[in-house]
Amino acid sequence: MTVMAVDPILARRAEIQHIAQSTAERRQVLSRVGIIACRACLVLAFIPLVALVVYVIIRGASAWNWAFFSHLPTPAGIPGGGISNAIVGSLVIDAVAAAGAIPFGIAAGLFLAQSEGRSGGALRLAADVMSGVPSIVVAIFAYLALVSRHPGSLGHFSGVAASFAIGILMLPIIMRASETAIRGVPPVLSEAGLALGARKATVARRIVLPAALPGLITAVLLAVARGAGETAPLLLTAGGAQFMSYTPLKQMNAVPLVIYQNGIQAYPDLVRIAWGSALLLVVAVLVLSVGSRLVAARLRRVRHD
Amino acid sequence: MARTTTLPFRQGSSKGLRRFFEVPDGAYRGVLGAVAALFAILLLAFVTSMVIQSRSAFAHFGLSFLTTTKWDPVHARFGALAFIVGTLETTFIATLVAIPIGLGCALALAFVIPRRLQMPLGSAVELLAAVPSVVYGLWGLLVLGPWMREYIEPTLAHITGGHFPFSGPQIGPGLLLAGLLLSIMVLPTMVAISRDVLMAVPETEIEAAFALGATRWQVMRKVIVPGARTGIVGATTLATGRALGETIAVTMVIGNTPALAHSLFSTGATMASVIANEFTEATEPYHLASLIAVGVLLLVVSVLVNLAARLAVRSVGRNRAIGVGLV
Repeated sequence: MTVMAVDPILARRAEIQHIAQSTAERRQVLSRVGIIACRACLVLAFIPLVALVVYVIIRGASAWNWAFFSHLPTPAGIPGGGISNAIVGSLVIDAVAAAGAIPFGIAAGLFLAQSEGRSGGALRLAADVMSGVPSIVVAIFAYLALVSRHPGSLGHFSGVAASFAIGILMLPIIMRASETAIRGVPPVLSEAGLALGARKATVARRIVLPAALPGLITAVLLAVARGAGETAPLLLTAGGAQFMSYTPLKQMNAVPLVIYQNGIQAYPDLVRIAWGSALLLVVAVLVLSVGSRLVAARLRRVRHD
Repeated sequence: MARTTTLPFRQGSSKGLRRFFEVPDGAYRGVLGAVAALFAILLLAFVTSMVIQSRSAFAHFGLSFLTTTKWDPVHARFGALAFIVGTLETTFIATLVAIPIGLGCALALAFVIPRRLQMPLGSAVELLAAVPSVVYGLWGLLVLGPWMREYIEPTLAHITGGHFPFSGPQIGPGLLLAGLLLSIMVLPTMVAISRDVLMAVPETEIEAAFALGATRWQVMRKVIVPGARTGIVGATTLATGRALGETIAVTMVIGNTPALAHSLFSTGATMASVIANEFTEATEPYHLASLIAVGVLLLVVSVLVNLAARLAVRSVGRNRAIGVGLV
């Protein structure tokens, strides 16, 4: 007899080759079916998402005109009117929220990037979990802190309460993203600064933060984009208003609130305003998101040249 | 020590600011520590204020708050079971639809479609994840809702013969619409994170599988998906967490009926939607406390889900920052 019959390895090889060949056709067919299924998933996922974008652009653009941006809202049933007070309200609310959350978040990001111990780990986990807490729950906290009547609270709906809620939602995003950016700065840079006798604060201000700037900008813009789109917190805090209000200590209107409140009405004019506001909000959020990438990419290129 | 030596760095723009940033090391560390402590205090205040304000509801209704469905502001009887069930139903529909489609979509984006389409489509998905939920809500109410009423619900009722859970009037707004809208909303998150973890599977393992004669589908099923398993579990859990807590879009399309639904076509409410819908109109103390108690439940559930997701994603190790900006 031949060697093949007694060598178990060769026998096994022959067996595997036989199986591979006899199943080749079936496996090829299955592979084709599987890949078609993947493509089908891609199409299926993009149909509603593309439909969403198309509807927002078409219906929203038809609502846009000069009055939409410059006029105050009109009462239900009266056509025309705009969302100037909501645009101002959103800008003020988000600016105040960002003014609080950005320095606080970057400082906490510095702390996270420089601490490896237990306190750093706990804070990191807290920030991670915090970024997944539903915004409506944060809204309740802002309501309890600044809207409900008790000493130390404003006791009424206000732009500040909305800023507080949105700032809390921005914080964990800024913290974690700026930590990542700061950790990306080569340690030799800050070590060189320390070796020259600079204080840690100086090294942070002159070396670490400037080197991490592209990442920091991305972090901030992402957080602002997310904050600007939040609606649930505004519902419990801003109060909404039909009039123009520039002072954050009073009730304010905001663009996401207009989308929600007008969108669920039966009046076509109010719904039209809602679509226009939706387009405005999407454009603002996408400009912030795309802008963050472009700015970061550009800064990185400038650095490397 | 050369602490006082002037550094040869560019002079700052503002003298006061410069001085602030050149504090001694101890003070610098102190400031950062204080910021970190302030964040911890904020979280502590967050949790304690929620617990204190909801205590009267838990104390007054006891376990029946979790086990009864009666939600009656007029007679001040509150049980949250209908909202818990509503949240579970909508989240279940959302994940049932979004997980397989999202995974297939991520596989297609990473390995199936031509290379020159991968980047633009991948970026498009990430941008769609940034679209605010109120915009999804508006579209769900005014576009997807009528589609549901005219096409999807009649078809489902026809196929199942109108039996449970596809029975009753086909009106559009309701649990099924909320669930489907949620699935559309979590898809970009699901796809973007899974695509990242799928692409992180080492090229060598994929090539080794091809060298052994595996087909493309076999490589995807036996090598790539198992290799990215923990990351996919993390993405799934994060998507689930988002579906659980999503508020405004659900409030716009679910119909806001505070009762157990008998059909997926009927209106209902979730934990998040009842808070958004009733909070500012709750004048009766037990009503407000009960709504805050629902918020506490939601907080506990979302913290647990997110902890699980973070642990899963973190164990992928080198992909630590994945999804930070998306979630």
